[in-house]
Amino acid sequence: MKILFPFVAVMTLIIVVVAGVQFANLQFLFGVIIPYAALVTFTAGIIYRVIKWAGSPVPFCIPTTCGQQKSMPWIKQSKLENPSSSLWVIGRMALEVFFFRSLFRNIKTEMREGPKVVYGSDKWLWMSGLAFHWSFLIILLRHFRFFSVKVPYLIHVIESLDSFLQIGAPLFYMTDAVILAAVTYLFIRRIALPQIKYISLAADYFPLLLILGIACTGVMMRYFTKVDVVGVKQLAMGLMTFNPVIPNGIGVLLYIHLFLISVLFAYFPFSKLVHMAGVFLSPTRNMANNSRMVRHINPWNYPVHVHTYEEYENDFREKMKMVEIPVDKE
Amino acid sequence: MYDSGKIIAGLLVFVSIIAFPFVYNIGADIVKPEPKIDTPVIQQMAVKQCVEPKEFMRAEHMQLLNKWRDSAVRDGNRVYVGSRGDHYNISLQNTCMHCHSNKKEFCDSCHNYMAVKPYCWDCHIAPKENSL
Amino acid sequence: MAKFTTKPNELSKINLIPPQTEWMDTPVEIKEHMFCHPAKIKDLETVGFPNAREWKPTEEDWKLPDNWERTILEGMQSLLKKYRSFSLFMDICVRCGACADKCHFFIGSGDPKNMPVLRAELMRSVYRGNFTLAGKILKKISGARDLTVNVLKEWWYYFYQCTECRRCSVFCPYGIDQAEITMMGRELLNLLGLNIGWIAGPVAACYMKGNHLGLEPHTIKSSIDLFVDDIETITGIKITPSFNRKGAEILFVTPSGDLFANPGTYTAMGYLMLFHELGLDYTWSTYASEGGNFGFFTTNEMAKRLNSKIYAEAKRLGVKWILGGECGHMWRVLSQYMDTWNGPADFLEVPVSPITGTKFENTRATKMVHISEFTADLIKNGKLKLDKSRNDHLKVTFHDSCNTSRGMGLLEEPRYVLKNVCNHFYEMPENTIREKTFCCGSGTGLNASENMELRMRGGFPRANAVKHVHDKHGVNMLANICAIDRATLSASMDYWVPGVAVAGTTELVANALVMKGEIERTLDIRLEPLPGKEASEEVN
Repeated sequence: MKILFPFVAVMTLIIVVVAGVQFANLQFLFGVIIPYAALVTFTAGIIYRVIKWAGSPVPFCIPTTCGQQKSMPWIKQSKLENPSSSLWVIGRMALEVFFFRSLFRNIKTEMREGPKVVYGSDKWLWMSGLAFHWSFLIILLRHFRFFSVKVPYLIHVIESLDSFLQIGAPLFYMTDAVILAAVTYLFIRRIALPQIKYISLAADYFPLLLILGIACTGVMMRYFTKVDVVGVKQLAMGLMTFNPVIPNGIGVLLYIHLFLISVLFAYFPFSKLVHMAGVFLSPTRNMANNSRMVRHINPWNYPVHVHTYEEYENDFREKMKMVEIPVDKE
Repeated sequence: MYDSGKIIAGLLVFVSIIAFPFVYNIGADIVKPEPKIDTPVIQQMAVKQCVEPKEFMRAEHMQLLNKWRDSAVRDGNRVYVGSRGDHYNISLQNTCMHCHSNKKEFCDSCHNYMAVKPYCWDCHIAPKENSL
Repeated sequence: MAKFTTKPNELSKINLIPPQTEWMDTPVEIKEHMFCHPAKIKDLETVGFPNAREWKPTEEDWKLPDNWERTILEGMQSLLKKYRSFSLFMDICVRCGACADKCHFFIGSGDPKNMPVLRAELMRSVYRGNFTLAGKILKKISGARDLTVNVLKEWWYYFYQCTECRRCSVFCPYGIDQAEITMMGRELLNLLGLNIGWIAGPVAACYMKGNHLGLEPHTIKSSIDLFVDDIETITGIKITPSFNRKGAEILFVTPSGDLFANPGTYTAMGYLMLFHELGLDYTWSTYASEGGNFGFFTTNEMAKRLNSKIYAEAKRLGVKWILGGECGHMWRVLSQYMDTWNGPADFLEVPVSPITGTKFENTRATKMVHISEFTADLIKNGKLKLDKSRNDHLKVTFHDSCNTSRGMGLLEEPRYVLKNVCNHFYEMPENTIREKTFCCGSGTGLNASENMELRMRGGFPRANAVKHVHDKHGVNMLANICAIDRATLSASMDYWVPGVAVAGTTELVANALVMKGEIERTLDIRLEPLPGKEASEEVN
């Protein structure tokens, strides 16, 4: 059920767009209105989510310290794992965001005879996660050639690096293979590893299948079932200049591709995918461990009932005097 | 602690990234490419047709050229039998460019529009064209 | 309740593969020896906690107050507005599973709901069902569920099977910290009077009497007098500590557990000997006689109420700064919470060691120095005369406390101290120490006796790592810097790795400390003959 539902959902999306384009001539809906709506939903949704999180303060300084603290000068501080200044926090966050530092730490725990618990290196999740996210980013950037007349130099550099193997024509992009492999792995591990399968929800399979659908249609359009790329660019440029056009004869595959992307974008802010924005706000990572040096302020700190020394002494004065512990009031 | 300054800055960066493609294209001159086929050679042809039908060529020319390259360079085979049964000499310069002698108006018009840089001309010499 | 008698070889048959039935379809089963007795009415009433009543976890009816669902949901709403961590951690988990096998309770029990991700999902599911649109529409398919009595029972059972050790948070790509979620969970459960006795008791005692054990001022003094007598037996030196003394330079605060039971008492003796040898101008306090803070395991407000005594007492006595003893969660509270709650401590001075002149710049806001920092600085400056050979009969390994490693980063200081007082020091495997250290299994107020199976299961990964160095190097002493460790690791070692004793780091310092005018030592701090040292006496 957890897998079937998202699978059916993605299939339904595909059927809807195929039917819409082939039989109902809804090209303008799927090619213009939905992409615009999806982008607006994505942008507004992310802003909404971030503002909602930001509306709750960080009352305490709670970094998870993963290395030696700053103490005496002769003890070497682990500045990236336990930063005490903003600069090193930026370093720690950069490692986290660009290289998935914490996932790199991953180890697997196994039970052996004895009983003995053994811990082995386990970099598969880190590797596939990194491969997936980076290829997704590169592919996204590469698509900029559809969205600009004068394509920036940087995009050309990315493109030529991605295709430097010079296999086939049109040139084969490495990231296309990487993203398919990574997403497939991420999907398979959710089914094959019993613990991961146990914790997975439909909401975990859905985006994977959606992205798989997007990548597959993209790959098909480039290498196998060709669409009219000039038409595709016309459509894209129409969108970019708010002057939408629907060129004739773009294959239905493009509409499937575009619709799945639109769904992904619209779904993004309201799902776990919002971790893209959330990771920047995580207080266990983005704070300097300096609360012993600089007072952290809690905006909702309020006075509380305490048991004062005076009350305490009133309770125990005689006992204290008996054993010659000094008292404030004789 | 709210860190509102940093969060607003972050959101501005986010919105800028989204807005970038739109801003970047303001005032862009978008002209749909119309590859020209009115070269002297083509004009003299009785039946104006390429080695394969136009629709096939538009979508698959790069794959065909790739096949031709492999066939000529690796297998030494310079004869191509088209889907209509006619024979062609496998040669970019002597067959393709013989008719399509207007690289700038033919090849480049789409390639530039699509920001594609085929590496044909890394080895082959591009035809000299009269700048009219 | 029958006594817990399961043997280690039985208990260690652990299956980490989850069952076939989905977790949402598996109702909670409250098992004997895995939970603590409920809080006593009088303890909750002492500190003004709501809904104190008699109830039994194993009974069907928990006598929940009317409208309890509303209480919880409104409580959640309020916490979501107060804590960005909570609000964020409810939203961004991708269930990648990196945390799944990192929890000591999961490794020791195989119960899938002890995977940090699932423990968090216990609450996230309710969050989705009540606070998100997708959850309200898609229900179970989006991982949402309603708040029912069974869900509440599940929360109670599993939020008291988490020791807030933060190991999961180290491995999470977004730093999601189950400790935060457990804290919120316990905060909510406390709204319904669902606390446990082993936490509520110490909290009430600490509130009224100044320490978790409820030691009254004269009892504190008589306990320490006993230590003083023992120290005289061992060293021939008579120490005269002071209590509640105004005008002292330093206030010393340590967990009360060290005044009460072995082997913590040996650590307390170590403090007394060290401070005497240094001629430190310091005082104990009977009012602020607790470094630890079991309030931290109930509600944020209660933690603040208990913690307030430390600064209040420092102010009343007019000391310059505060020195803190060995304790784990105490230092999380002191490092990350105290100044925010009860600061600024502008009536104190930035701590300067009167012996070495070292200014502890890293404590310039809280003005509270850790004993390991203090001792390491002494040793580095050559201010202590140490005879390491007195610890030669010990093969020592070091257990990092969860909170000092992951909520502070105090890793090298205690190691430096240990390496300077012992000749035989061995590290446990890399994945079980420092920021990846394992909990003793009984933190956050779970060190009761009725939940012994839970404690032994939770303590299993730590014990297993000790066993590794015990087998490989003959390690026979597990050093630490935590009072709860001293109390609970002893039990866990006896169960899993017999032959390994537990000691506070300062006990080993005191063992090696050569004091001015001391008699030739033939006894260690435990009043046991020092191997190799007793012989010379016999010859004489």
